[in-house]
Amino acid sequence: MKRSSIFLFVVAAGLAVLPFVPIEVPLLFSGPFDTPGTLQVLSVALVLAGLAMSYDMIFGYTGLLSFGHALPFALGVYGTNLLMLEASIPYVLAAAITLGGVIVVSLVLGSVALRTSGVAFAMVTLAFAEAFSILVISDPLRFLGGEEGISLASEQVPDMFRRVVNTRNIYWLALAFTVFTFVVARVVVSSRAGRVFEAIRENEPRVEMMGLAPFPYKLASFTISSGLAALGGTVYLLAVRGANIGTTSADFTLSILVMVVLGGAGKLWGAAIGGFIYGILNLRLSTVATSNAIDNLPEWLSGPLSEPLFVLGVLFVILVMYAPGGLSSLATKPSFGRATRRS
Amino acid sequence: MIAIEVADLNVWRGDAHVLHGVEFSVARNEVTALLGRNGVGKSTTLLAMMGLLPAQGTIRIDATDAIATPTHLIAQGGVGYVPEDREVFASLTVAENFRLAERPNTEPRYEMVYSLFPDLYGRKEQAAGTLSGGQQQMLALGRVLLNPNKILLIDEPTKGLAPIIVEQVVEALAHAAEDATVLLVEQNLWVAGQLANDAVVLDQGQVVHSGPMDELINDSALAGRYLGVEVR
Amino acid sequence: MSSFVLFTLTGLGLAGLYFLLASGLSLIFGLMSVLNLAHGAFFAAGGYTAWFVMDALDSVPIGLRFIVALLAAGLVGASAGAVIERVLVRRLYGQHVEQILLTIGLGMAAVALMGGWFSYDPRLLTQPDWFGDTTEIAGANVPNNRLLILGVAILFFIGLMTFLKRTRHGLIIRAGVENPSMVRALGIDVSRSFTIVFALGGLLAGVGGALGTVYFNGISPSLGTTQLIFAFIVVVIGGLGSIPGTALASVLVALTQIYVNNYLTSGLGSISVVVLLAGVLLVRPQGLLGKAAP
Repeated sequence: MKRSSIFLFVVAAGLAVLPFVPIEVPLLFSGPFDTPGTLQVLSVALVLAGLAMSYDMIFGYTGLLSFGHALPFALGVYGTNLLMLEASIPYVLAAAITLGGVIVVSLVLGSVALRTSGVAFAMVTLAFAEAFSILVISDPLRFLGGEEGISLASEQVPDMFRRVVNTRNIYWLALAFTVFTFVVARVVVSSRAGRVFEAIRENEPRVEMMGLAPFPYKLASFTISSGLAALGGTVYLLAVRGANIGTTSADFTLSILVMVVLGGAGKLWGAAIGGFIYGILNLRLSTVATSNAIDNLPEWLSGPLSEPLFVLGVLFVILVMYAPGGLSSLATKPSFGRATRRS
Repeated sequence: MIAIEVADLNVWRGDAHVLHGVEFSVARNEVTALLGRNGVGKSTTLLAMMGLLPAQGTIRIDATDAIATPTHLIAQGGVGYVPEDREVFASLTVAENFRLAERPNTEPRYEMVYSLFPDLYGRKEQAAGTLSGGQQQMLALGRVLLNPNKILLIDEPTKGLAPIIVEQVVEALAHAAEDATVLLVEQNLWVAGQLANDAVVLDQGQVVHSGPMDELINDSALAGRYLGVEVR
Repeated sequence: MSSFVLFTLTGLGLAGLYFLLASGLSLIFGLMSVLNLAHGAFFAAGGYTAWFVMDALDSVPIGLRFIVALLAAGLVGASAGAVIERVLVRRLYGQHVEQILLTIGLGMAAVALMGGWFSYDPRLLTQPDWFGDTTEIAGANVPNNRLLILGVAILFFIGLMTFLKRTRHGLIIRAGVENPSMVRALGIDVSRSFTIVFALGGLLAGVGGALGTVYFNGISPSLGTTQLIFAFIVVVIGGLGSIPGTALASVLVALTQIYVNNYLTSGLGSISVVVLLAGVLLVRPQGLLGKAAP
């Protein structure tokens, strides 16, 4: 614990001074680290790193295959923006109210979804998340923005997060969210309840035989991770300056799973790296792809190769086939990811 | 002549180490009873022999290395398996359950099966899940008798059955044993005594006794210690 | 009254699409415990195949061309299913979570691949004029394409049931859905059936995609993913692994969706389906015709 605390501090401090580092990484970023464009990409990547860790708590640690983790995140984004826009509530308060609301919603939806298990649980959570997505697209009451999304209600946002020159403040906020998520997730998974989470993942009937009801623990894991995701949504809203239909989609929900597995499920830092890398690749891969040799390839090949999700999807398939523990297992030792052990 | 040879067999189920170096052999064309209290690893032994659980060690059934052979090839080699809870296909009819058991290039012995279990003949079109426990057991036995299997692995065929049905099952088993090697897991010592020539006793995942069945029945101290029963 | 007939027949047409997508999903899951997230890609692939055939074979009479398009869509779906099972899914046998992850990656890549090839804008299908005409049924003017979709879906339902009931492969699949280990213990190589179910699922989804292109008046890469979610809802409501349950739930889900959209508020239909799902789960977590808890 001590060593990992030092490690965390060093990484966080390194990331914190990045906005002052005028170094350019060619190809990957459009400009040096101290430019707003690059900082925005990094902010999104940091939020996704935190989101991936929050998902790792429910999937990697508790072993619940939720396909609906985009829902609390999107609710965080949309709820905060709508409260600012429609009720003229300042950002911090709007974010707090949204967080409380998401926790209540998660308790309700979790209670229903957790009546099923395994793959049925996955399908049900996916259906819940999709319901919100459809609601936003069809927008029956004409205030959710439909396909266009809703741009940020800037008037309610504190000055320090408003102008482009303040992108670095948003970056630090995103970093703070990621560190906070790491600490909360760490505390939860190493608590007594966290050990029950892992016991549920390994062998749920045995937990019952020990006289513990798994349901409240599963609901707790579901709700805490949803709360952290919602918090991430409130920060994401600032980073991308609006509520975007993409965050509600089934594809995004599956992307979160991809992030966690990419990095290595059942390890918080693995999930964080997965989310971070995914965020950067997803935003930058298309630029990278169109800027080099790929352009000279025949069209049937260059078309798909300039699609980030094609490259990520193929990469992911290869990873699942040959390195099931994710990138973090490549870095340490070739063992199976804990969450993906066969049941 | 030895038909089945098991040596140094280790089996894990999940993270529980169930069999610790089990070792015994089964004589050809005889009935060997595999005995022991609940949870000592009898069913696990049969599952491992069918290749349905990953195992380490040696299992030879005739010339086949059962550990390296996939389940369906073990069965095709002439091994019939009747699992502990019958495991008939509940949504399939009786006739379909039998049809599934048919093997290519082997004439199914319907006449013999239906004469052993006339009850089933009138229920051919009934879903197996709606049969009584006894009828399901007959179906599970009939399924392996349909083919001329040389080896039968039978797990607790009389579990939960009424005494009159038990007698019918014993009769059918005696008939089946006339031209096959049988390894029989049985809790009912009377049934085992009726059918078996030899006995192998398991305790906590290890073989603690093997020898003629009569010897075990006459040694009430031994039977009491490992089987938890008073003989007679 | 006439609008009720129209809505009902439209709903049944949609039910046909759901059934084609969900039945394969349910069989694959029932037999192999694999949740195939790439199933929506089979649907989209079938749609693009139909679009391509209708566009490319312009010397063939249009009615015949559509039949060719349906068959080609089914063939593409079936081949994709068989290849994915043989080459990839098989290697992760017994590792259910990895198999799901694999199909997620495949689905993701396939949708992006189709996006890269055909762009994300919908492609419109060249169709026989007859499809757009209407037929009067009980006072309602019902578009012929609704009837066509319903008719083809019923044909495939009957075909699938006949295959499952009357052939040995079907028998093995039904038994395997219940208890694959016992099928193996009877001397049957179940893994051969795995390829068959994947191909069958791909075939049904591919045909569904071709019909879906008619129903939704065009095809885009993400159409399969959207429909897949409704197929999931159908499968859970019907009970995993049960084909009659899938058929029943397809009708229930599609009718609910269409009635709510047309009689209450447009746009609420899809939400009401999710509410229906939650309701069924609260009363019967194993689904309408499912046996044990999944």
